[in-house]
Formats: sequence, C-alpha cells, structure tokens
Amino acid sequence: MFLIPCPWCGERDEEEFSYGGEAHIERPKDPDALSDAEWADYLFMRKNPKGTHFERWNHAHGCRRWFNAKRDTVTHVIEAVYKMGEEKP
Amino acid sequence: MSAQKNRLGNGGRINRGKPLRFTFNGRDYQGYEGDTLASALLANNSGAVARSFKYHRPRGIYSAGVEEPNAVVQLETGARTRPNLQATEIELYDGLSATSVNCWPTVEFDIGAINSLAARLLPAGFYYKTFMWPKSFWMTYERVIRNAAGLGKAPTAPDPDTYHKCHAHTDVLVVGGGPAGLAAALAAGRTGARVILAEQEHDFGGRLLSERGDIDGIPAGDWVGLALAELNAMEEVTVLGRTTCFGYYDHNYLGMVERCHINAAKSMLEPKDGPSERLWRVRSHQVVLATGAIERPLVFADNDRPGVMLAGALRAYLNRYAVRPGRKAVIFTNNDDAYRSAIDLHDSGVEVTALIDLRVDPDGPLPDAARARNIQVMDGWVITRVLGNRRLRAIEIQRLTADGGAITGEARRIDCDVLGSSGGWNPVVHLHSQSGAKARFDDALQSFVPGPARQAERSAGAANGAFALDDCLGQGHAAGLEAAKLAGFKSKSKTKRPTAESIDEAPLKAMWIVPGEAKPGHGSKHFIDLHNDVTVADIELAAREGFHSVEHVKRYTTLGMGPDQGKTGNIPGMAVLAGALDTEIASVGTTTFRPPFTPVTYGALAGRDIGEFSDPARKTALHHWHEQASALFEDVGQWKRPWYYPKAGETMQDSLNRECLAVRHGVGILDATTLGKIDIQGPDAAEFLNRIYTNAWSKLAVGRCRYGLMLGEDGMVMDDGVTARLAENHFHMTTTTGNAARVLGWLEEWLQTEWPELKVYCNSVTEYWATMTVCGPRSRDLLAEFTDIDLSAEAFPFMSFKQADVGGVAARIFRISFTGELSYEINVPASHGLGLWTALMTAGEKYGITPYGTETMHILRAEKGYIIVGQETDGTMTPNDLGMDWIVSTKKDFIGRRSLSRTDCTRPGRKQLVGLLTDNPSEVLPEGAQLVFDVKPQPPMDMVGHVTSSYYSAALGRSIALAVVKGGADRMGETIHAPLIGKTVNCKITGPVFYDPDGSRIDGA
Repeated sequence: MFLIPCPWCGERDEEEFSYGGEAHIERPKDPDALSDAEWADYLFMRKNPKGTHFERWNHAHGCRRWFNAKRDTVTHVIEAVYKMGEEKP
Repeated sequence: MSAQKNRLGNGGRINRGKPLRFTFNGRDYQGYEGDTLASALLANNSGAVARSFKYHRPRGIYSAGVEEPNAVVQLETGARTRPNLQATEIELYDGLSATSVNCWPTVEFDIGAINSLAARLLPAGFYYKTFMWPKSFWMTYERVIRNAAGLGKAPTAPDPDTYHKCHAHTDVLVVGGGPAGLAAALAAGRTGARVILAEQEHDFGGRLLSERGDIDGIPAGDWVGLALAELNAMEEVTVLGRTTCFGYYDHNYLGMVERCHINAAKSMLEPKDGPSERLWRVRSHQVVLATGAIERPLVFADNDRPGVMLAGALRAYLNRYAVRPGRKAVIFTNNDDAYRSAIDLHDSGVEVTALIDLRVDPDGPLPDAARARNIQVMDGWVITRVLGNRRLRAIEIQRLTADGGAITGEARRIDCDVLGSSGGWNPVVHLHSQSGAKARFDDALQSFVPGPARQAERSAGAANGAFALDDCLGQGHAAGLEAAKLAGFKSKSKTKRPTAESIDEAPLKAMWIVPGEAKPGHGSKHFIDLHNDVTVADIELAAREGFHSVEHVKRYTTLGMGPDQGKTGNIPGMAVLAGALDTEIASVGTTTFRPPFTPVTYGALAGRDIGEFSDPARKTALHHWHEQASALFEDVGQWKRPWYYPKAGETMQDSLNRECLAVRHGVGILDATTLGKIDIQGPDAAEFLNRIYTNAWSKLAVGRCRYGLMLGEDGMVMDDGVTARLAENHFHMTTTTGNAARVLGWLEEWLQTEWPELKVYCNSVTEYWATMTVCGPRSRDLLAEFTDIDLSAEAFPFMSFKQADVGGVAARIFRISFTGELSYEINVPASHGLGLWTALMTAGEKYGITPYGTETMHILRAEKGYIIVGQETDGTMTPNDLGMDWIVSTKKDFIGRRSLSRTDCTRPGRKQLVGLLTDNPSEVLPEGAQLVFDVKPQPPMDMVGHVTSSYYSAALGRSIALAVVKGGADRMGETIHAPLIGKTVNCKITGPVFYDPDGSRIDGA
C-alpha cells in the first residue's frame, strides 16, 4: 500500500487514488494523419519498464485532481510527483 | 480428572492459585492460569495429541510457539469455533474445549494410519500422479481425499462477534517484545518519538520467558517488568500485547492483528462489549524488526514420534510453565545452545540420560557446565533409530565415521521418554523478506539472515542472527536509537544500554540428514515438514523427477504449506534439496515469504465491512414509498431500483403486462432518480461536448435536449444519455445509472489531462434531484393539473426542456422518452421528491396511474428498439454495429472517431444489432442464447451471435428479442436458430423497432 504525495493534498494512502497508466501520452492533434498502426500505437501500446516509470494518478477519493508521478517499479519508491502540464523531472 | 503429574512443585510463570478446567478430545483436564493449551496438556502427560496429515501417524506437542506443526486443534464448537489453531498459541481459560483436527475417529485409533503402512504408495506428487485420470473422476476422488485429510471445520453459523479496524501513524514501530524489541522500544521511546511496540504473546519478554539469566544484574523477568513499566509511562509509546504483525507492505505499511478476546485467557463464549479482534493498519516512518528466531530440528529416522520435540521447547515448558516434559530426557544437538536445555532439565530434577552431540570434542562453558553435572555427553554420535510408536520409549545411537558421512560400530540403546533436538536457530526473516528485501545465507549460522534493507527497517537481535542475549540487548538499543534518529528524534541524554553476561558458544556443525541404518525412505522416515508429512525421500524424489526450483518443489511436495507455513521445516527442506541437486543452499534460495506470518481470521480482515456495510446500498428519496407499494428491487450498480410492483395473486409476467399496458394506454410513473446527472458549465462547455459525444452540440438551442453517444478512444460505445442545454454555457447531462461515476471521471480526465485550456466545470448532481418520469398518453392531462405552463406539443415539443413550477416546487421538466410514449421527466430537489410523487399518485388515480419498475422500462424500450449500454453493448460494439450511424458526425473530431475507420471496425461480418421474432409467438428466448444459421445435431456449431434482450410484449401480444448477429443488417427476413437444451427455437431476423416504428405516439395518442 503506497503512501502517495498528492501535489495538491500531500501524503495520502493509496486507497484514495486510482491509477492512470503511463504518463505523457499526448492525444494526436490530427488523428487522420496517422496510419492505423500509428493510431493503434497511441491507443494500445504502453511501456512496462523495470525501474523508473512515469505514470498518471488520480486522487479520486480526495481532490479528484490528476497528476504525474515518477516511480521506481522495482522498489516502489515514488521519486517525484508533479502537476499535469509540468515537465518530467 | 487426571492430575497434573508432570507439573513441577514450584517455579514457572503460572498461577497455581488459579486452576482451570478444560476438555481435550472429550477428556477432562486441569491446568493453571498462565498455561497454554499445549503446556497444560504436557503437564497432564498427554502424549499423542494429533495425527499427521498424510500418514496419520501419532504426533505429540513439538514446540512451544508459533512454529508448532503437530498440535493443531479445533477450538470450541458452534458459531465461535476456530479451526486449525496451534495448541501452543491458545492461552488456557476455564472451560476451554478443544479437539484434534486430524484424527478421525480418535487419536488412539485412526483408520487413516493404514496410509502409513501403504506409505510406499504415497510419494511426493501422489495426488497429481494418481487422481488426474480419468479427468471426470476428480470430483469423486476429491471428496474422499478431503474427508481423509480433514483439517479443521469452518463454522457454519454467522460469527456473533464484532471486529474492528484502526489506522495508526507512528515514528517507530518495534515488532517483537523480547530483549531486543524491549531495548529498542526503550531507546526510541526515550527520545520522545512516537513508538508502537507489538508483541504477539500476552507476556512480554520473548525468549527471556523461557530462559534463566540476568539482565543488568537482576533476573531477566524483573528487568522485563521494569522495562514495561517505563514504556507504559511514556506518553508517546503504545504497548500492544497479543498483537501479531503479520504483513509488511510497501512504503512501511504494516498489518497487525490484536486479539482482544480470542486466546485472551477468557472464555470465547463469554459475552463481552469490545471487539473480538482489532486489525491495525500501521504506517511507520521507521521499523525495528525484533522478531527473534525459531529453532530448527535435526532430521533423523522417525523424528516425528510423540516425545520428540525441539530442544529449546523443553526448557520453555520447564522454565515458563513449570512443566517437566518427560522423566528421562535425551538431547540431540549440533550446537552449544541445546546444552542449556540439558542443564535446565538436570537442575529441575529431570534425568538427562544422554546428550548426543554430533560434533566431536565440543568445548566451551556450556559443554563444561553439562559435564560438571555428570550429564553423559556422547560426542561424535548420532541417533539412528527411534523406538515407540505412540510414545517415545528409547533411541539407538551410533558413532559417526571420521568424515561424518556414515555411521559405524555397534548401536547403543538409551531409554528416554522425551527427546529434544536442535539443528540451530533460524532468524525470523519473514517480515524483512516481505518488505522486499532479500535474505542472505549465513554460513556460520547455516541459515538465512536479513540482507540489505529495501524499506526503512532494520533487524535486531536474534532476528538479525545475533543470538547471544547481550548482543540482542545491544543491537536492540542501537536499532531503536537509529530508527528514532532517522524519524527526526535525537537522544536527549546518553542512556546506557542494558547488558547481560556473555557466554562463548562454539560454532554449530551442519548436518541436514542424519545417517541411519537404512537410506531415508527405506523402512523409516526422516520427516522435514511434520505438518504436511514431507520427508527427505519426498524431496529427493522431487529432485530426481526434475523439480529443481524451490518454489516448484514446495508445491509438488507441499513442503511448508500447512498452517505453520514450514517454520521449522523449510530450511532443512531447502538444505536437503540443495544436497540432492549437489549445490549450495544459498543458490537454492528460499521460497517467497508472503503475508500473513501466522493465520489471520477473515473476521479481522473484514472488520465492520460485513452484511449491509460490505457494499452500501444507495436508495432514492422515494425508496420508502416503493417499499410500501410492495415493490421488488433490483440492484443497478449500488442503487436499489424498483424492479416491478406485484399485486396480490399476480405472476411476475402479470405484473409486467399490467405495468406495460398502463404506460401504453394510460399513464405510468417511474422513479428515474438513479440516472446519472452531471452539471456542466463554462464558456467551452458546448465545444467540450462536441469532443466527448459523437454528434454535434454547438448548434443545440437553449431549452433543447439531444441524445448523445459516448465512445471510448477505441471507438466502442461507452455510454449514452440525453443532455439538455439549460443556458448558453450550462448543460445538464444524463448518464446510465451504473456508469455515472465513470462518466464523470472520464470528463474530468480529459479536461485535466488533455484539454486544460477548455473552461469547463463538471459536477455530479445525481442525488440533488429526485427524478420521476410521467409517461403515457394521459401524462399531459395529469401534469397539467400541477403546472401553469403550456404543455401542448407546439409550446413544449419533444426533446425540449422547461424550468417550471410543478406542484409548488421549482422543477426541471425534460420532454424526453425512453418508451416512445408522450413522456415528461420531472426533476425536483430530492427533499421534495416524495411530496410530488405522492401528489401525482393521488391526482393520477382517475387515469389509473401505475408505478412501473426497471423490468417494464426494459420491455417498453425494447419494443422501440432502444439500446441499453451494457446489455446490447459489451465493449466491442461500434455505433455502426448498433445501426446508429445517424448520430455519428462526419464534420468534427471526437473521442473514438479515428478508431471507427480502423480495418477491424469496417470489416464485413461484424456483429450487428437486429430484432428477432420467434416463430412461436409465445416462446420467450433466454437472454444470452447463442444463435446459429446452421443447426447441427450437436455442438460445436458456428455461433453467429447471441440474444441480448428478450421479453414478452403485452402491447404486441407476443415475444420480442434484440440480438447481435454477424452481418445481421443484411439478413432481414432470414431465419436464425437458437439451439437450447432439449430444443431449438427458430426465429426471423427483423429490424430492432417492434412498436410504433414511425414514432406517431410521441406527442400523445
């Protein structure tokens, strides 16, 4: 059970959050310009790294804000959290 | 009642002034306050107390702690009964009643013991090998096997007790109240840090309770008392006895169970106020693991006979419970520590007939002390035979060869009725390993010790491989200081650490299989896992059969899979496997340590979240009225919705027919409160809806409503509903009942993560409004009695919205319809819902107003071919598949649009929504029925679709169904078949709209 530092609320129990998968996947500005394969890549393909992972979390049972986290998937250490739109640390 | 003939006249931590009566396997006994069930049984010279799991061999009490593999009992009967408890962990109380779990019909006579004679037929993996064929027989085999195996029985009545949960945040959590844990808690507590000290037993002191010795120059027991007094006086320190820390999770989150009542030396049947158990969920900055060590046995021939015990357990019973575990004792060891048992037994008047040390020339203070007492030390000898099936009678010993690999010379017989064996001690690294760290094999200890920490924890004392008392105190003190410091608390003054006398001990000598007359498995058994009857031969067989991973061997042989989780057997088992594979123990490794450390009741985990609290029901403002009207309810998400309202003497179909016809010909009323309602505001709201819905919203006029379809980015239908434009920048969105929360989350996700530039704000208003749908040709007449606004079709057309006063309440009225009839969806603040509803019911009597439920709503919408998301769709349906191209804009982008042109979404042969009419109009297809074009005498047949909705339509006087069929849109009029059990139903494929296809009824009939 993680202790997640919501950038808006501070440290809260993982129970209050929902997971949003890989971060920094931007919706293509012009979907029609993409081939089926490129579109499928945006839709379905996600990284599953061993080690540093940039991922989205939603403080669903708190402030309901989305934010990004940098987490080590081996140690589960959350190395950073940052608001949507902010640069990757 | 038998006397406590093994009880010593004095000593021990028992209260001889408080005798307790108890019953075990139907026989009456007496023990004392302070006893465990195990110590009380030993005091009564119980001998065999159980039968083993597979061979049903007689077994006696083996240990004095959580590692007990043999004495597994069922405590009490009835609703409070607890299966599979270890007798060593049950604090005795007056009137206790327990039975062995695994010995039908009795401990003395056990039919299953025939398995023992047929042991050659029951090797490792026996069940896998024997009962897998023929496959269909497994059910029969399983029943027989389960009966024969027979662990405890779960209670069948509801648990009458309550269980609590609590959350705690602390600076330092110290697990274990032995010398190291107490020293750590004292050191940390004195800094002012918040400290929780958790000890699994009632009595603090850990191993000190079982030993003789001094700390800081006073008897260890007195030191424990002083330490506890100091801790209890500290404001920031919480001392928890009977509290097992069972799990170590991420980010220093630990689970503990406090037994407030069960095992609490108080009858389980006694009524009480508090909870039975309390689950602690602890988040601690720093953790000190002072979890001690568990002794491991030596593995020799027939090492399971009643009377064979762990050496350390012998002096635990002697010193802590004043119980003499036998009259003639033998100690068998590979280390110095077991000499303490020989010495304590001798000093308490028990004859120690021999101390067999497989090492040659053991030397040091402990061997010297034994020899000084004239205890016969047989060094370089091993036990090769155990005599006595139901009770140990004697052993045979032989000399080891010079290389230690075999035995030589004449066997010598030694009489004894109790035997303590010690193969060294294993640090309890369970929690350390659960924390994510990797335990490391220590060659000197021949055991796993904690490796580098992965979380904010450190181990101290025996848990860290430091077994000497002085080292435990020193490491505990240092660990407590370090933990407090890292949590931000500095030692205010230099406090002295507690000390004890250091006694030198010589290294142990590893010998994982003690050689005997014959090879293990030939005539005698070398047991490794006593609970699951796993022997050396089983592990060697598994290795020969190609099981080389310790995880596979565990599952194949069941090593370590009993309630004791292999606390005594796992390390010897891994060592034997390493030997069989000709490799090092370190490279075999351990199996994964998983929570819980000891079994945790479901009650503790569930806490108060049971019954109506396990999944709270959501009820509308009108719920009570529905109950009064005898509605039956249906669960939709967490909501309770009226399903239908049966009248006396009606069948379900009668009720549905009555409700349907009332809507079609008069007026019906539906509680639609549960539909999700989202208030959407902001200057970019219309643009936002454009992106979320498949159709266009910019040009929707204020006061108008529009049906919208929402797709996932994969192009599949996700939700639908009607959204109204209340004002230029203000929309009222409705969602399906079950998807309301998901849709709100969906909107927020896009707004926050992808389109933060849009000025749009969403808020759930589902529960703010009570919504009632007044529906049917007389609905206008009824509503006209409640409002002054012009309700004519011209003034208030279909798919429009009006803010109006209805019965004196400010209401929002939506002229939308899910039935095809003239219909008004009236929203009033929830607190006014019941008032308006009852007023409508009263005024509507003259029109025969009929409340209808979800089932009628489903029939009415199916007659019109309206889909229900989640019924006609299953996450693989596109708008095109549903024949809803008309709602998909080609002029703008929206979520999921690009996916609709992916090759898979445009391929021919996708399943499409159709209507089905059975050839026999009274035949109602079962929902979910598979459909085929070609019927074959038996499966398999080519399945081309399935029935999604199916009802009897009173309005049409026949059955109707909706279905999805491959290429169905091009197969109108064709015949399709539903092969069911015992019959095949033939149907005609039609369009999905069965009733009023030209929509003539929408403005009223």
